[in-house]
Amino acid sequence: MNHENGGESYMAINTKIAAAVAAGFLVAAPLAQAQDAPVKIGVVTFLSGPAAGPFGVPSRNAAELTIEMLNNGKVPAPYQQKGLGGAKIEMTLIDEAGSSTVQVTEFRNLVQRAGVDVVVGYISSGNCLAIAPVAEELKKLTVFFDCGTPRIFEDNSYKYVFRTAAHATSDSVGAALYAKAVKPNAKKFGGINQNYAWGQDSWGDFSAAMQLLVPGSSVTTSQMPKLFAGQYGAEISALLTSGSDVIHSSFWDGDLEAFILQAGPRGLFKKSAVILTTGETAMFKLAKQIPDGTIIGARGPYGVFAPDNELNRWYRKEFEDRYSVPPNYASYQMTQAILGVKAAWEKAQAANGGKRPDIDQVIAAFENSTFPSPAGDIRMPLGKGHQAVTESVYGMTKVVNGQMTVTNVKRFPADQVNPPEGVKSTDWIKGGMKK
Amino acid sequence: MDKIIAVFIDGIIYSSWLFTAAIGLTLIYGVMKILNLTHGSFYALGAYMAASLTGALLAKGMEPMLSYAVLFGSALFVALVLAPLIERGILKFMYSKDEVVIMLITYALFLILEDAIKLIWGVSPYFIAEPYGLLGSIEFGDLIYPTYNLFLIFIALISGLGLAWTLMKTRVGKLLLTVIHDPEVSRSLGINVNKFYLITFTFGSLLAAVGGAFTAPTVSVVPAMGVEIIVLSFAVIVIGGMGSLPGAAVGACIVGLVRSISIHYAPQLELFVIYLVMAMVLAFRPRGLFSTAEARKI
Repeated sequence: MNHENGGESYMAINTKIAAAVAAGFLVAAPLAQAQDAPVKIGVVTFLSGPAAGPFGVPSRNAAELTIEMLNNGKVPAPYQQKGLGGAKIEMTLIDEAGSSTVQVTEFRNLVQRAGVDVVVGYISSGNCLAIAPVAEELKKLTVFFDCGTPRIFEDNSYKYVFRTAAHATSDSVGAALYAKAVKPNAKKFGGINQNYAWGQDSWGDFSAAMQLLVPGSSVTTSQMPKLFAGQYGAEISALLTSGSDVIHSSFWDGDLEAFILQAGPRGLFKKSAVILTTGETAMFKLAKQIPDGTIIGARGPYGVFAPDNELNRWYRKEFEDRYSVPPNYASYQMTQAILGVKAAWEKAQAANGGKRPDIDQVIAAFENSTFPSPAGDIRMPLGKGHQAVTESVYGMTKVVNGQMTVTNVKRFPADQVNPPEGVKSTDWIKGGMKK
Repeated sequence: MDKIIAVFIDGIIYSSWLFTAAIGLTLIYGVMKILNLTHGSFYALGAYMAASLTGALLAKGMEPMLSYAVLFGSALFVALVLAPLIERGILKFMYSKDEVVIMLITYALFLILEDAIKLIWGVSPYFIAEPYGLLGSIEFGDLIYPTYNLFLIFIALISGLGLAWTLMKTRVGKLLLTVIHDPEVSRSLGINVNKFYLITFTFGSLLAAVGGAFTAPTVSVVPAMGVEIIVLSFAVIVIGGMGSLPGAAVGACIVGLVRSISIHYAPQLELFVIYLVMAMVLAFRPRGLFSTAEARKI
């Protein structure tokens, strides 16, 4: 047999085949590795500073617990598959403390140096506003778990950015609906909120909603101390002399705790109905200092307001067993964000024939999705499918047998406290909060 | 009428808090010419020590009224242990350096101490609400103030008047004034200037720690609480004139009252008003209200 026919030797062909096979292995090996390679998630939350205690540490604990349980396949259905679609999750933890400029640098480091696949994080609205365009520039899937300002998706449109918690409008409108329900004759209302995006947006929405819901009502005073000011003596006097029937505060972190400590002994909670939209985070630590009848929220159906479902029962038990404290709303929101990523990832993987999905496939699966969480089913209908909505829940504190509880709980459906898709919150409220 | 009373009382309470924190800063600058950023750390350390120690002792059944002594003891412990260590161990070797270099060293120490606080106490907040409500409350018209707030005014008065009396009426104070006027001449007169530096730094730091310890019952004691106070303290002593005791008192009163007026009548200006006052004072008195003409050495 002449192997020299055609001008190409048998040996040469074999060499080419061997080279092709070898090249195939070379290409296939990383692909096979990529399929099982760990998914790196960057988790950003406050590990220092005044927000660390009430928000950062509980959310970090939630991230560690959730990722560990997911990796071990110990989360109830539909999250029983290990990791993300079978791939182990590796967490890189970053401190959110510092300016927005610092956070942008940290984000770039996470993406460009640590090479994370997904970033889950951010409590501060200021940080979320700064990070969103950078996430878009770097084309990195970024999930905000807690920050509240509605401006993120109302002022801009993002492909790579999602938020799995409801924005501040639902908290503010829910607070106004609750105030009207429990104080129907209240005509004068005041506020004390932190002077930055979260505080300003919260107060703006609350005051607009109150004026709409209670015709003839008026604002007595709007106090806007700087973030982490700590001393509120004069502001409390201003609220006391304002004659307000209802006082709204979206204070959080150490500011919320300092406000409760200073306002309680001065009788503010007795003189006016005080609404603390994030009060759930302080209700156990300051059970002795929060008077009965204080209206508290948890930024959605979290903590004491969470529904009784299998995921919630699992979550509360595991969290309390490990950390000896109940999970607060920041914990719930962190777990919710990670579960949202898992749901989208695995949906995309299933659509991709079981192969590891690329980021565009995950984004497509995430948009407009609904996924179960310890807080119930979370829908993502706003911000072109990137912004979650939840019901808004408020209740009144009451100490029973030495234990802090909530009574008179009212739940406002998500569609009642959120604008429709494509409508700005402020316009929606001014337009009569029509569904 | 309630509002006018509130403006005055709130202003005085806030001024007292500021003065207690700022007086040590101005003392240290007056004597040692150090812009001491560790002042914020001593404030925070005083608060942490007071909150953790008082909380622990109250939990063990300590007589609640003794908590005030524990608050002061906590501040004393922090200042007596840490201040000499910093002054003798680090600052002493830096006195020949430029003032800016020494300020940067105190900034580095501030950052180190901030992390040390996190290592020792963690990041979870500490509360000791008991001492705040223990003294009852006082009513001014419709307004209720915890008596503890008046106690803070008393502490500020004792701190200021005590320091003024020490400086003006005692031998130690007069020697210290000599050191303030001219350290070199003081040395030539046989005054142990280094000893006065140690005493001044320790006492100035004690005032910061006392400020933190007695603020602890009114706030959530959290990391970075020393940052806010250092900014406000600088505003106070810049308005009053750096190194001036009456300047610190007047500066604190101006800041406290202006802030209070703003909160009651124009809350939207609150963030800005302190720095507006500072800018206006510096525009007309670049070295502060109580600065004196200084002889220039040739």
